[in-house]
Amino acid sequence: MSAVAESTRPPAPPRRWTGARIAGHVLVGLWIAAGLGLVAYLVSAWDPDLFARYVPLYLSGLGVTLLLVAVSIVIGAILSVPIAYARMSSNRLLGTLAYAYVYFFRGTPLIAQTFMIYYGVGSFRAELDAVGLWGFFREAWYCAILAFSLNTAAYQAEILRGAIESVPRGQWEGAASLGLHKLQTMWKVVLPQALIVALRPYGNEIILMIKASAIVAIITVYDLMGETRRAYAQTFDFQTYIWAGVIYLAIVEALRHCVDWIERRITVHQNR
Amino acid sequence: MNDVWVLLSFGPQGWSDDIARGALVTISLALATLPIGLLIGFMVALAKRSDEPSLKLAGNVYTTIFRGLPELLTLFVVFYGGQIAIGQIVRLFNADAAIEVNSFVAGMVALGVVFSSYCSEVFLSAFRAIPPGQYEGAYALGLSRMKTMRLVILPQLIRVALPGLSNLWLNLLKDTALVSVIGLSDILRQAGIAARVTKEAFLFYGLACLVYLALAMISSVGLHAIERSVRRQDAAR
Repeated sequence: MSAVAESTRPPAPPRRWTGARIAGHVLVGLWIAAGLGLVAYLVSAWDPDLFARYVPLYLSGLGVTLLLVAVSIVIGAILSVPIAYARMSSNRLLGTLAYAYVYFFRGTPLIAQTFMIYYGVGSFRAELDAVGLWGFFREAWYCAILAFSLNTAAYQAEILRGAIESVPRGQWEGAASLGLHKLQTMWKVVLPQALIVALRPYGNEIILMIKASAIVAIITVYDLMGETRRAYAQTFDFQTYIWAGVIYLAIVEALRHCVDWIERRITVHQNR
Repeated sequence: MNDVWVLLSFGPQGWSDDIARGALVTISLALATLPIGLLIGFMVALAKRSDEPSLKLAGNVYTTIFRGLPELLTLFVVFYGGQIAIGQIVRLFNADAAIEVNSFVAGMVALGVVFSSYCSEVFLSAFRAIPPGQYEGAYALGLSRMKTMRLVILPQLIRVALPGLSNLWLNLLKDTALVSVIGLSDILRQAGIAARVTKEAFLFYGLACLVYLALAMISSVGLHAIERSVRRQDAAR
């Protein structure tokens, strides 16, 4: 019976060349052409001397970028806990202060914050000298870490707060009725559920930090972008920027897929 | 202390007028980028939700590239790369022409592509929130595809997308600060000049931050008003 039905079914009509299909093929063709053009350009501009000279520099720049992001994210994560706590507390003063902190760091450009710390602390040189902190603030590297940590702490506090508040109240009540105290409830019941919600925002925050870290090149930190700028200033060879773009894109894509993979792993129980 | 107020005055001794001019540049750059970014973002979103796999692929490549590159790098590539590319094209016709890309235009292009790639994601998720029955109903009434989009889908789409777009606008406003690096006299660059001349770096960079904060506050008040009025229209229907 089914065989008959199979044989009498009309053949699928050929896919027509609609406007969308033509446009899609043209656009994909353009992307392929752009990609091939890029590869052809990089091959034609291939210069072993240039590579021998700049590959180690780029690698050290990459190391600086990754270290800067890692250190800032960790310090930011530590700072974000009290800020998130203050944001959620019923104390009016604490809540307002934390809100003002978060609003300031999320409402102004990171580059302006970095400039304010790096160039601005010079105005307080005498005071800083007196407490012995001038050596710290004179280094662009420490200023960058400070600015980035303060900035990401504001964003991470909001992520943490949103994630904790996404856990239903009943979870707290259930844990309390089982006799767990607040800290235990937080650690054993609420946080494991909150972190699943927070994983994707955290991943996005790390990606945003990697992209934003390029601006430290302007305050003379030689991260990947700084090395790129230096290489371009010395050679006037545009491929320096192309290679930097390739490296940044590779890191960001790798990280994005990593977060996707972790999310699939830790949500297995939800789509069983 | 008196000194500080002189520096912050609007007169020939003060710098507030310069920073206010910078604020105008920042605002006009953001406003000039917005319509281009929205338009390209909408088109890319349409491409990404179409049934045609090649169109989907083209859209996805666009967002992957421009969301993955640092904004600053995009800006430099547009600025220096555009200079080289246009220079080479012009040199075909005129051997000794010197080309300089306008930093405003370079900023507009770079911020526009970044904005549009984020914007396409916002539109895409807004498209998912519209039930298919809306399309089917519109087709059943005999509306063409174009009219369905314009009269039925778009008004609902904008309502759903508005919070996401508000966020993108605030980000755009902050990203304009990067353009000071390629020499556009926006808030940050004017503050930098003031800081260098007067040696009061903390004061002027702090002032620049406060101006950005004020712009963000004004925008969020405006955006809230728009969202409220849209919701009111929604309730009236």
